[in-house]
Amino acid sequence: MPETISVSSQIKLPANIQNLQQFINFVSNNARQQGFDQKRIKEIELATEEAIANILNYAYRDTIGDIEITCKTEDNEKFIIEIVDSGIPFNPLSVDDPDIRADLSERKVGGLGVFLMRKLMDDVHYRRDENKNILTLIVLKMYTS
Amino acid sequence: MEINARKERGVQIVSVKGRIDAITAPEFENNLSELISKGERTFLIDLSGLEYISSAGLRSILTTAKKLKEEKGELLFTGLQGPVEEVFKISGFHSIFRIFESEISALNSIGNA
Repeated sequence: MPETISVSSQIKLPANIQNLQQFINFVSNNARQQGFDQKRIKEIELATEEAIANILNYAYRDTIGDIEITCKTEDNEKFIIEIVDSGIPFNPLSVDDPDIRADLSERKVGGLGVFLMRKLMDDVHYRRDENKNILTLIVLKMYTS
Repeated sequence: MEINARKERGVQIVSVKGRIDAITAPEFENNLSELISKGERTFLIDLSGLEYISSAGLRSILTTAKKLKEEKGELLFTGLQGPVEEVFKISGFHSIFRIFESEISALNSIGNA
């Protein structure tokens, strides 16, 4: 049986910090429509923010451009958030995990964003395609907290 | 985000409500920096009204805690719940910071230290 993909919706806005809340609200509303509970919705919001923060800080570090987010479901089992930018190649999954056992003096202040994104999502994929960075966050719908 | 600060038994109690994200984290960090520059050294951060924190907020906390450590001060936490508590756990903050069940237990523990 072929898999059923239904495109729920899409948003495309200039990549800047002022639009962060709009991107998050868009994903959050889509997640709510899929029936996720409040806790899971907050985790989805967090992963989305971390993905966008990385695009702003790295992919569009020296240039400007748009971010396009598409939310869809697959076989009604997966909620998929696809985040696309046209910045320089940046694979967030290549970032090393922070040492979360280090004490305060040894502890680095950065690197937690990608780490949280990976821990909170059921799956995260990155690919570079036609000069675009495409990050896919996958949330299983049977998830219960 | 809403920040309220008051002082009790020599401890600066800072309650944060709403969201600490990439947009509000600088304001949170600046608030704490100002209090540190006024000479405050022991902070109890009450997160019971916080519904969301991202890595930008965690970075502000780590930066502030490092600054305080140099001044022989400390950042303590109470009111952890929901997604905020989960993010603290995943990030290993439970092993860096002293976290208390309640404001009273924090104040008592500091008083007896």
